Amino acid sequence: MFGLLESGFGLFYWGNALMIVIGLVFIYLAISKDMEPLLLIPIGFGMMLVNLPLGGIMDYEMVLRAPQAGTVMEMQMEEGASFSKGGVICKLDSGEIVTPVFGRVDTLKISKGQHINKGDVVGKLITMEQTDQSVLPTRPIGLLSRIFKYGVMWQMLPPLMFLCLGALTDFGPMLANPKTLLLGAAAQFGVYLAFFMALLAGFTFPEAASIGIIGGAEGPTTIYVTSLLAPHIIGATAVACYSYMALVPIILPPVVYLLTTKKERQIYMKPSLRKVSKLEKIIFPLVTTIIVILIVPSSAPLIGCFMVGNLFRESGVTERLNKTSQTTLVDIITIFLTLAIGASMPAQNFLRSSTLLILVLGVVAFASAAGAGVLLAKFMNLFLKEKINPMIGAAGVSAVPMSARVVQVLGQKENRQNFLLMHAMGPNVAGAIGAAIAGGVFLGILH
Amino acid sequence: MEISAPLPGNVLEILVKVGDEVKENDELLIIEAMKMENPIFASADGTVKEIKVKEKDTVDAEQVLIVLE
Repeated sequence: MFGLLESGFGLFYWGNALMIVIGLVFIYLAISKDMEPLLLIPIGFGMMLVNLPLGGIMDYEMVLRAPQAGTVMEMQMEEGASFSKGGVICKLDSGEIVTPVFGRVDTLKISKGQHINKGDVVGKLITMEQTDQSVLPTRPIGLLSRIFKYGVMWQMLPPLMFLCLGALTDFGPMLANPKTLLLGAAAQFGVYLAFFMALLAGFTFPEAASIGIIGGAEGPTTIYVTSLLAPHIIGATAVACYSYMALVPIILPPVVYLLTTKKERQIYMKPSLRKVSKLEKIIFPLVTTIIVILIVPSSAPLIGCFMVGNLFRESGVTERLNKTSQTTLVDIITIFLTLAIGASMPAQNFLRSSTLLILVLGVVAFASAAGAGVLLAKFMNLFLKEKINPMIGAAGVSAVPMSARVVQVLGQKENRQNFLLMHAMGPNVAGAIGAAIAGGVFLGILH
Repeated sequence: MEISAPLPGNVLEILVKVGDEVKENDELLIIEAMKMENPIFASADGTVKEIKVKEKDTVDAEQVLIVLE
């Protein structure tokens, strides 16, 4: 304006500083501790970018209309002013016009003394908040807000990510021992427990469902469900999900030790898994798609993509598509998805008490998902002639293949000759399917 | 006595050579599976008689890796 460059310092507050520090910690953990670098570097950088005021990278434009008729008695804000949610823009003789989001004023179309009708344009606001588009429609005007809107909110990137995961997933260990499917299903208990606890904590149904799905330990599923049900908390649920996946080696062992005896942890499992034929591996994605989508139609985008990716892998004739999905495509989608998720965390959005509560409920979801898998494995042992090591149930908490690796390490601690990795991969990949179905169930009921 | 692969994967590193004396639970070789290094341990004391795989070989579960005497 008037040729003067407005710097960001005026709008910078302690919250931005704190978020930038958190972003830098993510980047530090990725680089020096090798913790999920492919996720934490772009997420951390996105967090940093969005907390530098006036960068505009995550901005949405919103036309504010008068909620009621009246005469403007006094203007409380001018163009360029920044405000938090609920800030008073002007006083009318019939009440006040308040801001429905946080952000700043771009232009104002009303002035003191003017009479306005209900629905008249009050002005244009700029916000970084994810709003419910049916109530408060916004238009993305920044680089990452556009990627976020058309990639995440339009449900493009998470299902495509699922396609790549399908190409990366070998269902062999699960098909070799289909009992393990049950363990992956049991782990979804964590999703529903966290859902009910979130309801008790005062979250709305759609918010509680988005929080519960963190227990599915599946990044794209969590993002997908939250984007449809409760986009305003997407930063918190995505961060909870991704960081707990990185923390699986810390979360899982105490749960396993609490629920198993030393004798159970020492149960030896024979190395040989049944040989799974190529035909079985081809039929599995086809049959699963048909059955699951007929039962839970709203899981179609996730399960459909997951299974077509898996068919690329197993068909034997689409090696090019398989290779692209496993390498180039998954990298491209990861870049867009994680940068956009990082950028969904401006301080005003993220630094709320509800975020802390979401993080706590997320741990509960993860731990109880693992616990449910372990308990079902113990229950199954009451009937099985050839006992399974109940620790593999903990791998039902998806987070492929991290949780299976943790089970392998725990198993070898008890008995050096015991290799549970492949046995744990069964519940592990079953958990990924289970999470997508659990997400579909929530969407079917709530969306 | 035969030491066989407890899981399918790739032989990352062989830590013993023919003629070596090994004790129970000594590391013999490392198999990489699911991007994880899995050390394979001797199941009893003995002498390495034969090594049936090379580094970078792909192995199946239950494939014989090393023969101990």
